[in-house]
Amino acid sequence: MQYLNAFWVGGLICAIAQILIDKTKLTPARILVLYVVIGAALGGIGIYDKIVDYAGAGATVPLIGFGNVLANGVKEAVDSEGLLGVITGGASAAAGGISAAVFFAFLIALIFNPKAK
Amino acid sequence: MPENKNTDYLNYIDKTAPKSPMLKNVLLAFLIGGLICVVGQLIGDFYQKICGLDTDSMRTAVSVTMVFLGALLTGLDLYPKIAKHAGAGTIVPITGFANSITSPAMEFKREGLVLGMSAKMFVVAAPVLVYGISSSVVVGIIYFLYKVLIGG
Repeated sequence: MQYLNAFWVGGLICAIAQILIDKTKLTPARILVLYVVIGAALGGIGIYDKIVDYAGAGATVPLIGFGNVLANGVKEAVDSEGLLGVITGGASAAAGGISAAVFFAFLIALIFNPKAK
Repeated sequence: MPENKNTDYLNYIDKTAPKSPMLKNVLLAFLIGGLICVVGQLIGDFYQKICGLDTDSMRTAVSVTMVFLGALLTGLDLYPKIAKHAGAGTIVPITGFANSITSPAMEFKREGLVLGMSAKMFVVAAPVLVYGISSSVVVGIIYFLYKVLIGG
């Protein structure tokens, strides 16, 4: 059941992005920015965790989930550290994804060459 | 922004240009995006049930794994091939975020390892980080004030 929910919720989030790309002049980069901001907002008011409970990876794998991680991280850090947590919380919570993206991209780009066009 | 004056012409283009197969695009984005999330769910279940990670660590581990897979498939030139059909289905998942960093990193390697590859790898990802982290600070300020003023 969790797999079905992950499939349709994750698919729906991607389908909405595709409609935005086809129907508006939004470039993929802008869609990604929009999604991460929406995720942070939905995470900030605590709604997105309910979608995560329902859809699992269907909600965490799309970039909205990244925004949600940032928002949840900052709230937890404010709870434990107060005002300093406002600055440290988001990036700390997202550190795994960000460091992985930087390092693996670096490694892969060192090993592989782009395909000749 | 200035209003575009050529509305008649644009309407004409709209009518005569071949219809972009939007329904097909949206369906493919749905199917492939959904499948990528199912892969994430499988990996998460593996980490949680076999490796015994708690939920928070499991989610981070899934992100790291998916980022690795996205970067590797980009290196092997497979991700762009899927993306050609899947559109947003491959852009929106975190594998697409990895692709958006790996792809320019590979492309700009020929301009050098510092100012080429490393500087330009963030051409798409940097806005995501700028807006994402800034949003988190705004959320943090609001949450902090809410706690101080209302005592949540």
